[in-house]
Amino acid sequence: MLKIDNLHVKLEEEDKQILKGLSLEVPAGQVHAVMGPNGSGKSTLSYVLAGRDGYAVTEGSATMDGESLLDMEPEQRAAAGLFLAFQYPVEIPGVGNMTFLRTAVNAQRKARGEEEMSSGEFLKAVREKAKDLQIDAEMLKRPVNVGFSGGEKKRNEILQMAMLAPRMCIMDETDSGLDVDAMRLVSDGVNALRGPDRSFLVITHYQRLLNHIQPDVVHIMSDGRIVKSGGPELALQVEEEGYGDLLAEAG
Amino acid sequence: MAESAVQIKDVTPQVSGAPKAPDALSARLEALDLPKGGFSAQARADALARLREMGLPGPRDEYWRYTDPRPFSAPVPQAIPIEGKSPDSPLFTDLDRLTLVFVDGAFDEGASDDLTLAGIEIDTLAQADAETDHWARGLYGTLEASGQKPVRRPFATLNTAAARDGVLIRVTGKAAKPVHIIHRRADEAADVMWHHVLRLEDGAELTLLETGMVGARSNGVIEADLARGARLHHITAKRAGHQKLGISHLFARVAAEAQLKCFALSVNGTLMRHESVIDIVGDDASAHIAAAVLGDGKVGPFHHDDTVFITHAAERCESRQVFKKVLKNGAEGVFQGKILVKQGAQKTDGYQISQALLLDERSQFLAKPELEIYADDVKCSHGSTTGAIDEEAMFYLRSRGVPKERAIVFLVLSFLADALEEIEDEVLRGQINDRLEAWLTRRANQ
Repeated sequence: MLKIDNLHVKLEEEDKQILKGLSLEVPAGQVHAVMGPNGSGKSTLSYVLAGRDGYAVTEGSATMDGESLLDMEPEQRAAAGLFLAFQYPVEIPGVGNMTFLRTAVNAQRKARGEEEMSSGEFLKAVREKAKDLQIDAEMLKRPVNVGFSGGEKKRNEILQMAMLAPRMCIMDETDSGLDVDAMRLVSDGVNALRGPDRSFLVITHYQRLLNHIQPDVVHIMSDGRIVKSGGPELALQVEEEGYGDLLAEAG
Repeated sequence: MAESAVQIKDVTPQVSGAPKAPDALSARLEALDLPKGGFSAQARADALARLREMGLPGPRDEYWRYTDPRPFSAPVPQAIPIEGKSPDSPLFTDLDRLTLVFVDGAFDEGASDDLTLAGIEIDTLAQADAETDHWARGLYGTLEASGQKPVRRPFATLNTAAARDGVLIRVTGKAAKPVHIIHRRADEAADVMWHHVLRLEDGAELTLLETGMVGARSNGVIEADLARGARLHHITAKRAGHQKLGISHLFARVAAEAQLKCFALSVNGTLMRHESVIDIVGDDASAHIAAAVLGDGKVGPFHHDDTVFITHAAERCESRQVFKKVLKNGAEGVFQGKILVKQGAQKTDGYQISQALLLDERSQFLAKPELEIYADDVKCSHGSTTGAIDEEAMFYLRSRGVPKERAIVFLVLSFLADALEEIEDEVLRGQINDRLEAWLTRRANQ
């Protein structure tokens, strides 16, 4: 599904190299976790894949089903089936959550040459999915993320993910700022979306999220590269020993 | 900027604060056929005398530092072709309202509703001026005259002397429905002056809507007198795409416990200046004034100036100024806003924000926020910002599949939201928002 090969990325403004030859592959239907200490380049990886401005790819490639992501605009990547759940979802006053989400759903459908969703269909679908995530009607009516608590913002991200039905989901530190209950809601939402045609790249600092969202593969990232990959036990090792020993061992 | 028919070299050099341009004034007056007036005769004669004393402002006048007044002084405006049918459906048509149509500033009785409405008395200025007695006699030109201090506003005085038509509305109770003034154009070169006088008696309520297009050039004045506990909502939404040249003045006197709320939507226009002069004279009153402005220099020059002067002369009053301008393709926005808190106006709560969203580097916003406070127990704040589209929000929207052009529409609406919030009525706010969205979307798709 997602294939990243020898990716080198620098910040455009500072001429600072962040990713230094990162490679990983997420096959269809699998959940991969990327863990790593602060400053290892985890968020940069998610931004570059989603197409944020300000980064220059100097070497390497990132493809989804064989198509180069790096040549596409952010909205084209989204229409192709890529979704990034933000660490800090953005507040947009004056724009209704529903208006925004319906515009996004239909823009993606239009880009793929599919028929747009009628407002009746959309409302029905969104109400169903919102219920599972315990998002009430009042929250749906409010402006995008405005006045939402940290947990509500993350649930809103998962609601968007559920409505947009992407094939490749990248989750950037989705667990940050979540209490235990919110973490369970968000994880349940993600687990409900797991399936043979959908893959996840879960970027996280801590192992605890991975108790709820069981990964197939865990990658350890350091200084812009993947330094070690393994099964879920790798995450437990990080939790017990910290990154120090692991990174020293990986050299 | 429109060509001025007045030769610049003929204008006497100005001294700041003492505008005098006698040649420009003579030429301007010569081009006008001044009405003698009936009930307004004395007010008109007084205005003419005041005008002759003060002259018209010149480009060096401090109050006109950011906007060139000469196109407003020119004897005649340049003709502007009459626009075709608007792609937007007319605003407020589904509301139960009383409609008054003005064509090139003159009341069109045939196209208007019957002017009888419970709780309200409506006349047109031209009809009322055929008589020598009218309730507006003590009001016409009065608020305009008292709004000449400390800054002179000669174009308003010119209007008092020369305006032929407008509405005179006296509200005694709660007006049964909104009054909607629709301006239309007929003559390509029409130089329109309209003058409204609104008198809201104790506890009276009125919603006044104004839409449409006014002339090749327009000069409008509203004098609004709000008695104790009265409430006036005024919403203006002029049609988009009109290459208009216009100046307007609102003079409002707000008595105790009264509430004034004004909102203006302005889309395009070559040269526009809106002055609001609001005197809060009674305790526990409030005055809100807001505007959402969209300017695109691509279709022609765009310059939009909002100038506000709010005076607090009573205790525990509140005022809010919320001005938002979205500018692109070299459009220019101006905001001059002042809050004056007089001695004794304790517990005043004054708020002023002016913000511009520049969609490119060629556009500019000039802001001059001012506070002048002579009371020691007040809360006043002002802020002014100029910024570009928030890249973070832009990326967020695009990452969800929203195309860039559509994302800009969302972010512009988001930017303007605070100004629209000042429209209290949800239905009216929704209609204005829909209009904005339709207009922005159409432009995005062009």
